[in-house]
Amino acid sequence: MATPKAPKLYAAQEPIFPRRVYGFFRNLKWVIMILTLDIYYLTPWIRWDRGANMPDQAVLVDLANRRFFMFWIEIWPHEFYFVAGLLIMAGLGLFLFTSALGRVWCGYACPQTVWTDLFILVERWIEGDRNARVRLYNASWSARKARLRVTKWITWALIALATGGAWVFYFADAPTLMRDLLTGQAAFVAYATIAVLTGTTFVFGGLAREQICIYMCPWPRIQAAMMDEDTLTIGYRSWRGEPRGKHRKSDDATQMGDCIDCMACVNVCPMGIDIRDGQQMECITCGLCIDACDDVMARIGKPRGLIDYMALTDETSERAGKPKKPIWKHILRVRTMVYTVLWSLVGILLLVALFMRSEVELDVSPVRNPVFVTMSDGSIRNTYDVRIRNKQGGTHSFAISVTPSDGLTVSLQGTDSVVVDVAADATGTHKVFIIADKDSEMANAHLSEIRIWVEDTATRNRAFSDTVFNGKGK
Amino acid sequence: MSGKSPDNKDPNTTGHIWDGIEEFDNPLPRWWLWVLYLTIIWGIGYTIWMPAWPLLNGTTTAGIGGYSSRADVAADIKHFVDANAAVDSKLTAVELEEIAGDPDLSNYALNGGAAVFRTWCAQCHGKGAGGFTGYPNLIDNDWLWGGTLEDIHTTVSHGIREPADDDTRLNDMPKFGEDLEAEEIDQVVQYLLSISGQEADAGLAETGAEVYADNCESCHDEGGIGNRDLGAPNLTDAIWLFGGDAASIRTTIVHGRAGVMPAWAGRLSESQIRQVSFWVHQQGGGE
Repeated sequence: MATPKAPKLYAAQEPIFPRRVYGFFRNLKWVIMILTLDIYYLTPWIRWDRGANMPDQAVLVDLANRRFFMFWIEIWPHEFYFVAGLLIMAGLGLFLFTSALGRVWCGYACPQTVWTDLFILVERWIEGDRNARVRLYNASWSARKARLRVTKWITWALIALATGGAWVFYFADAPTLMRDLLTGQAAFVAYATIAVLTGTTFVFGGLAREQICIYMCPWPRIQAAMMDEDTLTIGYRSWRGEPRGKHRKSDDATQMGDCIDCMACVNVCPMGIDIRDGQQMECITCGLCIDACDDVMARIGKPRGLIDYMALTDETSERAGKPKKPIWKHILRVRTMVYTVLWSLVGILLLVALFMRSEVELDVSPVRNPVFVTMSDGSIRNTYDVRIRNKQGGTHSFAISVTPSDGLTVSLQGTDSVVVDVAADATGTHKVFIIADKDSEMANAHLSEIRIWVEDTATRNRAFSDTVFNGKGK
Repeated sequence: MSGKSPDNKDPNTTGHIWDGIEEFDNPLPRWWLWVLYLTIIWGIGYTIWMPAWPLLNGTTTAGIGGYSSRADVAADIKHFVDANAAVDSKLTAVELEEIAGDPDLSNYALNGGAAVFRTWCAQCHGKGAGGFTGYPNLIDNDWLWGGTLEDIHTTVSHGIREPADDDTRLNDMPKFGEDLEAEEIDQVVQYLLSISGQEADAGLAETGAEVYADNCESCHDEGGIGNRDLGAPNLTDAIWLFGGDAASIRTTIVHGRAGVMPAWAGRLSESQIRQVSFWVHQQGGGE
């Protein structure tokens, strides 16, 4: 018995030259690409008036001042649970779409897919369609090949620069940052971020492409665990297509399947696979092979759908000669409904929380070292760190008071007044002293419950926080 | 492309078969290998650039990049010292009373003073300046040597009974155990309890008042209201440095008291002394 040759441990990337394709799913992908790219590039430039001294950018992640602005919503750091909630919704949304429609995220909306699609479009404009690109790839270096390659790389680099550049505009005032970037006055971190994202966009979209999805991205593996036999994937009706062949006159046409082995589905595939081998790891379910095959079926006068969106259950029932389940029955299942309900619940909770937010908030922490101070006349003093958050767009005055007020005196560190100013969209921190008279109940009790109030002197907006007063009693 | 389809009758396998289970041949992408080599080259370069390789003498190679976390800390400290130089000199130049009226100075002094206090003062006076028996509470409104910012500044600068400082605050609470009879001490204890609003034997207190007038009044003043010029405590209020019950008062009278506080002039900068004085003054008891 001959010793088998040792297998190769490493394989070079096989170049893929996807062909132009027309059809429903290709058009859908164009629309989604235009929408998502427009949202990404243009959002930082939308203006939104919030009043004086406030940023007028509609979507802004203000890291320096720890604020997140999104149209009429402003998130403070202690409200980060909104962002966590949105992430949970995004996760549940992906679960929902994956269990119903499989890797629809990968095929249509993933930035890797969208930018790769854009880069392939540029490649085709410059170097021509599939056959021209294959010829160019195989040709030895010449002035023409160098010119085309350099043109392509420069165009890619410009798109990558715009992509990396757009990212930083979400973190600073876009027009100002743009001016600073052009005049060389922007922060180093802005240039570094742009450089890194430009590099990754160029490499991921232009060179690595399907390698990212196959070898780097964990999401396909996670999705595989969330799919079931009712999940829509792309399938080839082998029972209708096989045996495949060229339908030459000499062949007995009645013995042949519908597949004419034209390789259209393989040539258009951005992942470089043959869908007729069955559903496989590399497939991002973008539907381009469906468009390609439908086009061929129309030309040879066969019904569409030799390659089609279908679930595993459809294959089983169709092989048994039963009709295919309608799409909506795949989508409306207990599992997808549970995801929808969960997704909606989180959404409703977030909305309720959003509308219940107060414009004035108060945090009180009693100073516990020492827990109380005996004054020379025998009265007892407690100290509190009081933080007043003014979320209104202007400086407001707040009066600080305490209930019950019998026998208690309120005073503030560094001022004779009990009214403090808190600037617009800021937190004011104040040390508040509360003194209980010598013979009052609170001075002699161990712990008493009190409530500290702040009241906006102009709008009468009030907020309170419950805390305790430590007396000298045991 | 794919050898993994159930319809593919001739998949690429490694030729390995165990119990009829064949192993597919899925070679790794070659760029993974290049990435591995790149990380190795990067790793070697990094250990040359940064301090990394241990040497026999217990240190490591310095690294040609010249990085040192110690130098980073020193640079950080220098950065803040330089940044504060202007406000430090301004704080040292103004009159003490002017600090509170200048938001920049008062904010700086309040924050800097809190740091100075935690570093140098909290050991005796407590982290919250609440004091302990024998170590004054600095946040109440009772002061031995005065509670104005000026008074506090003098106390912090020169200390109390600090032998090395000529301007230190100095007084003497004598040991009356040798000069007074036991019953006289009982009487004056009852007198002190009565003037500080505590339960006392009225008869003993009455004769105690005479003992007080003969022995204590010269410092603690008439009726026990104290004398700040001498650092003599007010004996009529609710605050007792060494305890206000009969036993503690007796101990104080019999053995005397002489607490010591170091002088900080020379150990801390004038700016730091002003910061911590201002901080103490702002904690609710300043006058």
